[in-house]
Amino acid sequence: MNDYSKEQRHRRGLLSSLCLLTLLLAFLFLFAGRYPSPGFRLPLDWSTNAMTRTIYLQVRLPRIVLAILSGAMLSASGFTFQMLFSNPLVEPGFLGVSQGSAFGAALMMVLGASSTIAVQTSATFFGLLALVCSYFLATRFRFGGWLLRLVLSGIAVSAIFSSALAVIKLVAEPTKDLQDITFWMMGGLWNASWRQIGSIVWIVTACILILLGFRWKMNLLSLQEKTSFSVGLSPKRDRVILLVVATVGTTLIISITGLIGWVGLITPHLGRKLFGSDSAYSLPGSMIIGSLFLLVCDTLGRTLLSSEIPIGLLSSFLGAIIFIIILSLRNQEGKA
Amino acid sequence: MNALEVHDLSFTYPSGSVALKHITLSIKEGSSVAILGSNGAGKSTLLDLLLGWKEDSRIILRGRSLQSYGRKELGRTLALVPQSEQYNFSFSVLDYVLFGRSPYLSSLGTPGEKDALIAYAALKEVGLSEYAQRSITNLSGGEHQLLLLARAIAQESNILLLDEPTSALDPANRKKVLGLLKSLHAKNRTLLFTTHDANLAYELATHVAMLKNGELICYGEKEKVVTSEMLTTLYDTHMHVALVGQTTLIY
Repeated sequence: MNDYSKEQRHRRGLLSSLCLLTLLLAFLFLFAGRYPSPGFRLPLDWSTNAMTRTIYLQVRLPRIVLAILSGAMLSASGFTFQMLFSNPLVEPGFLGVSQGSAFGAALMMVLGASSTIAVQTSATFFGLLALVCSYFLATRFRFGGWLLRLVLSGIAVSAIFSSALAVIKLVAEPTKDLQDITFWMMGGLWNASWRQIGSIVWIVTACILILLGFRWKMNLLSLQEKTSFSVGLSPKRDRVILLVVATVGTTLIISITGLIGWVGLITPHLGRKLFGSDSAYSLPGSMIIGSLFLLVCDTLGRTLLSSEIPIGLLSSFLGAIIFIIILSLRNQEGKA
Repeated sequence: MNALEVHDLSFTYPSGSVALKHITLSIKEGSSVAILGSNGAGKSTLLDLLLGWKEDSRIILRGRSLQSYGRKELGRTLALVPQSEQYNFSFSVLDYVLFGRSPYLSSLGTPGEKDALIAYAALKEVGLSEYAQRSITNLSGGEHQLLLLARAIAQESNILLLDEPTSALDPANRKKVLGLLKSLHAKNRTLLFTTHDANLAYELATHVAMLKNGELICYGEKEKVVTSEMLTTLYDTHMHVALVGQTTLIY
């Protein structure tokens, strides 16, 4: 019993430490960039130079806030999908959500309705549509178990939306729309602005709070449906709520940042490594790790080279390396 | 009061296959009932219906229609011990037993110290308390069955529904699980378990219900219904009930 209380205190302490580290890095990274020269620079001319104030408050700070928000939402979403499908290899991309959102956003770009709200609505709609299609197809397939059918239907739906996206790229105007779509596909926070953040922050925060509210219940939803029913849950209803919330949050983020791969896949693994499998702790842990990860990726992306490296490229590269390391590490025998 | 009553219960799957035909039975509070039958007889379907997993208005739980129970209220009244459980995440043994506390928590609540104490007590009861911080993926088959029982004990429901509780166990673990179930029954819990093992049914049950092709062919006190003739009819093969010393042996 003492071990239990000690373990809970340890996990809470670790969560607080990671939160503090994220805030500290966010503050430090505000001073990292290529203005007025590459590296860390304190804004000594803050009071006299309007350009300095603009760069710090209107360019870097929104990026940092968006990186933290995106990291938390994408991680929470990936974690939720993994728990609901009881499969540590699932993330929204596996069920066509990312490709559906990409198609929705690109469609608006070529139709000339590239306002933030139009892109967000379309990305969210097609992301949800992809999820519904994957789920429906999985119930219709007559091959293999439920998870296999779900993954197969996700692959099929992803492929359909990818093909449709390729068609859009073919017909897109090469000097404007095609470039926009290509950059959007690589993911990036260079467009971050307070206005854009303001357009999604309330819904995304609501999505995060709902997922956090379900953080312990997610453990039960990862069990067989009959078992979670027997301990007093309504698993079908809870699953639908969480899937819709996770998808809406993800697509809203994607509609601004473009595709940022791997975050939703690897951070839940890191969260479980650090906090154990109990989702009451590993979900918030994964979210903070996700925020940290994107914060670091974005800062590297905008400081390493004279031209910016898209965050989606860096997150995929670093994510794949971390994934290989996680899978190569041997778990301590018998430890949960 | 009857713990469970079933009136003229039939069930047909969407595919058209008939699983249960006109089942009527009453299960007294504190009794131990074996649902005995061969594979495909409809035992698991009946258990699913009694759990509320498949909805039916012809099931009465403690004097009220099963459908009138809220999800949490039902979880506090009935607990399920499945035959097995698949895990893809390595929860600790204690975390897993704490899942049984779900019906007592608010919708978005998490277990507290009191729940942890109850879960520890359940682990102690099944003899797994020293494994509390271990991963469930490192338990043996026998320990795993004890873990499922511990979760049901932590759920503090008076009625336990058990699906083939000893079917995958070696003799030593079978004996251990059987001992635990007997002690739970001695504490006035109502047990309802499916099995195709007539010896287990005779050893653990006070009453036996025999299911064949979805029909209840007999139900009553075990001494009255477990006979060579009835078992032979049930399994379509010659079965004998013999008294060897103080022990009834079925072969």
